Amino acid sequence: MGARPPHLLDFQDWTPERLGAILDNADTMLQVLDRPVKKVPALQGLTVCNAFFENSTRTRTSFELAARRMSADVLTFAAGASSVSKGESLRDTLEVLTSYKVDAYIVRHHAAGAAHLVARYSGKPVINAGDGRRAHPTQALLDAYTIRQEYGSLEGKKIAILGDVRHSRVARSNAELLPKLGAQVVLCGPATLLPPGLARMPGVTLTTDPREAVRGAHAVMALRLQRERMSGGFLGSLQEYADTYQVNDTLLKEAESGAIVLHPGPMNRDLEISSDAADGPQSRILKQVENGQAIRMSVLYHLLVGRN
Amino acid sequence: MTPKATILTADEVRRALTRIAHEIIERNKGAENLALIGVHTRGIPLARRLAEKLSTLEGVDVPTGMLDITLYRDDLSEVAQQPIIRETQVPFDLRDRRVILVDDVLYTGRTVRAALDALIDLGRPAGIQLAVLVDRGHRELPIRADYVGKNLPTAATEVVKVKLQETDDVDSVELWDMEALR
Repeated sequence: MGARPPHLLDFQDWTPERLGAILDNADTMLQVLDRPVKKVPALQGLTVCNAFFENSTRTRTSFELAARRMSADVLTFAAGASSVSKGESLRDTLEVLTSYKVDAYIVRHHAAGAAHLVARYSGKPVINAGDGRRAHPTQALLDAYTIRQEYGSLEGKKIAILGDVRHSRVARSNAELLPKLGAQVVLCGPATLLPPGLARMPGVTLTTDPREAVRGAHAVMALRLQRERMSGGFLGSLQEYADTYQVNDTLLKEAESGAIVLHPGPMNRDLEISSDAADGPQSRILKQVENGQAIRMSVLYHLLVGRN
Repeated sequence: MTPKATILTADEVRRALTRIAHEIIERNKGAENLALIGVHTRGIPLARRLAEKLSTLEGVDVPTGMLDITLYRDDLSEVAQQPIIRETQVPFDLRDRRVILVDDVLYTGRTVRAALDALIDLGRPAGIQLAVLVDRGHRELPIRADYVGKNLPTAATEVVKVKLQETDDVDSVELWDMEALR
């Protein structure tokens, strides 16, 4: 299986076998979540720090619950209510947290590379919960898991990812992960939101044509249009964008029959995804949320158990 | 390499399980409302064999399940290698059932403690009993088996190897020197 990487920052050092083990163990974690007692003592005695330097609801609560379901103590740190707002540096903040005997860090930060910095100074396992536009590995793992749940394997599957690829760490992490597990990824969006450099990634192609992207796809993922980052003149108008790139029932007719619909959330309904597609029978969006907790439990188990 | 001693042959394993099946029926006044849950790995085929014997003797189909105790081990923060998580499958309601937990070897008692915790998290059985093929002593917790195939006083430097058709292509119980296995 190869040596176990000490952190989950991105997928660079992760073999397909190790990634497969995380997905396999998530099956067991889902079973735990389905039981009368939704908790196991695997991480009893350990303290996990949820260090969120950027706003988040679902990722933060999902990680927090995952750690609690594994019986870890959770220290939640929100930058807005901390000395970071008084100018304290990330490294100084980290030293304070380390003195609380934290055993692992879950880091979200608006700056790309922040999780790497924490990994360098903390000496403890670090899970990247989203850094800038760079990576969001547990989201990609839960996407891969949701697709695998549907088809049994990712081998030979075509996954279309549509929308604001430029600003999306979810798209980048999926483009890195899914080909490692045997899938091909097509990234699609307006040319202004589609960095050409991504075509160099193995197993990844780019197109500005949504019909071409979705044709024969087994899963279609809509990305959130990050309107707060649209001041750079990336789009003519939101209506024009929705008319061309919205994931809706008409576009889905191009996909494989029964293709599933994914969205990392939060959704801009009727902009990047229609309500019909978001709530329809092909949607697995709520399943993604449920799977997120199981994947995060599995990642915590993988990084924290069996180190001594 | 040869074992120090063969403790049970295939015939003796079969007879030990038959005797345990009779003891289960006697103690529970039949086989109604029982369930057999095997602990990974070799507890599972043993539980299935006991269920077959109960079915033959009493004409009752006793449901069986499998239990993995990895997430309940009390040494997870100390282990050097990450233990592999295997499947837990208990496809029936535990409420009002007397559960017989089945394992191959009873040693320190820590596996049984973990199994009890795991089992109780799955539901609330009417009672739990413990059946093992071999009790080799050296308990570290106040736990004892209700049904024992063979009591085997051992030294801590010895290893008890249970082999079963389903996992090892042969039925036997052997005693080995730890040194010989290194």
